[in-house]
Amino acid sequence: MNALKKFLGLVWMLLGPVIILFLFMQASDKIGLAAEGIDRTNTTLQWSIIILIFIPICAGLVIFGYYAWKGEYEHLPESSSAL
Amino acid sequence: MRSENPNATQSITQVIAASSLGTLIEWYDFYIFGSLAVIIGQQLFPSDAGASALINTLAIFAAGFIVRPFGALVFGRLGDLIGRKYTFLLTLVLMGGSTFLIGLIPSYSSIGYAAPILVLILRLVQGLALGGEYGGAATYVAEHAPVGKRGFFTSWIQTTATLGLFLSLGIIVLTKNMLGSEAFADWGWRIPFLVSILLVGVSIYIRMKMHESPVFTKLKAEGKVSANPLKESFQKKANFKMVLLALFGATMGQGVIWYTGQFYAQSFLENTCKLDFNESRYILLWAILFATPFFVVFGSWSDKVGRKWIMLTGMLLGVICYRPIYQYFIDATNVREFEKTSLANVSEPVTERGLATNKTDSLITTTVVKTLASGMTFKEVKTETIAAGQIGSSSESAVAIKDVTLSSSTYIMVIALVFFQVLLVTMVYGPIAAFLVELFPTQIRYTSMSLPYHIGNGVFGGLVPFIATLVASFSGSTPLSGLWYPIGIAALSFVIGAVYINNRVDNNVMD
Repeated sequence: MNALKKFLGLVWMLLGPVIILFLFMQASDKIGLAAEGIDRTNTTLQWSIIILIFIPICAGLVIFGYYAWKGEYEHLPESSSAL
Repeated sequence: MRSENPNATQSITQVIAASSLGTLIEWYDFYIFGSLAVIIGQQLFPSDAGASALINTLAIFAAGFIVRPFGALVFGRLGDLIGRKYTFLLTLVLMGGSTFLIGLIPSYSSIGYAAPILVLILRLVQGLALGGEYGGAATYVAEHAPVGKRGFFTSWIQTTATLGLFLSLGIIVLTKNMLGSEAFADWGWRIPFLVSILLVGVSIYIRMKMHESPVFTKLKAEGKVSANPLKESFQKKANFKMVLLALFGATMGQGVIWYTGQFYAQSFLENTCKLDFNESRYILLWAILFATPFFVVFGSWSDKVGRKWIMLTGMLLGVICYRPIYQYFIDATNVREFEKTSLANVSEPVTERGLATNKTDSLITTTVVKTLASGMTFKEVKTETIAAGQIGSSSESAVAIKDVTLSSSTYIMVIALVFFQVLLVTMVYGPIAAFLVELFPTQIRYTSMSLPYHIGNGVFGGLVPFIATLVASFSGSTPLSGLWYPIGIAALSFVIGAVYINNRVDNNVMD
């Protein structure tokens, strides 16, 4: 199980940047397709919000993956004194 | 039954009642906005904004969710510094005040874009307040709960989010039925917001009489209150890694299951399946009514078998079942297909004339009510736009379906499927307060558990209606495309939770 935890840690580390890249590609595609004027402004705003929110979350996923890769989750603390 | 503190004079029942009532009212305040998104969109944005008014209103609705983690940080820190009781009293005042003020904001036709901007600001205050409320209430109850019954007692707090939604839908439907559709769309929608001030007043009165959490009081007496809970929660690796685990392995998946079952389902039935306003809300009301007791069932069960697998089973069932369920919703409301073989009656057409949104062209709207052999009814609305100066020659025409009502058997089946989705909500949400409380030490509990909870629910969950509606509006997408967002997030959370989380119940939260 610990080997799986470590291996998946690598997956989470890669998944963070992949999600951000995917969101940027989607944003570029959808903003490009939107009509000029209010529709374009709204689409840009909506995608900016989505990307702004998910960048720190994906960074958190990368850190989570790093901790998993380093074996931080092999034994979870059983009392507050272990934290 | 008395709480663990020997000096406490209040019973655990009083603790739960006082905490739950306030939290329920905060959820009510928070959800009336979402339940009225279509009407509010028409009030806040130009009348010709069309679908973008709904998407922008959903964006304002989502903004309230997005700031919840910041509220968790601000009020969580306060709660760990000055105590649970006074912090969640403050959040209650902020929430009630901002909800009341939303009910007073003039429409776009009176003050232009100041209307959506003011509502956005008040919505942000609502989000901040809610971010501080839940962690406080859950911590407060958990720190009073006897050993071995923490899941059971905190599950009462977990019912409040669903009951708050129930209350908001109930008051909206009641107000609309009393005033009629036109008056409700014009000014009646403000009443559910204004009512909030009375509910909050009652809750503040009750909460003022409550004592501080015994665990926090003991900590304070011993001088062990954290000097900087934010720093301890997030700069200390041992704590921060648990915050990340709680977010990615539990609250992220729980958030999307919650908001798919209790928000997206109703929004989908109303906007995609074109169900009648009241019918879509009654369906959710019945489903919530039948499913709510299961919060306590699963919370209590988690005391015996552990929290982990109950929550993860709820996520997995969502991943597997969402697409078939929503496909059924589409098939069961496909009145265009049904009318080819089972049209029983067509009413006399009702024609109305008016001006188009550009104020120069004319609009002719013809409505007929069609009844099918099964008992289903729907309105077919044909709209013709006649360009100014070209009387007699229609330049554009469109036919739309609206106000679909279901046959009895389909109605029961749809309620059963929404009930099943809310049942999944009770599985993921019933045990989660106890799970989060047990994950963190007392000194930084309010701060540490609030952040993953509100990112999971506020950001991942709260964005379900917005992102799913956005994805479904892409060219080439189907009405079911929006479901990939909750399915993907729940699947990811299930894998992380299954691999990394312990199923252990921590009996000692006094440390």
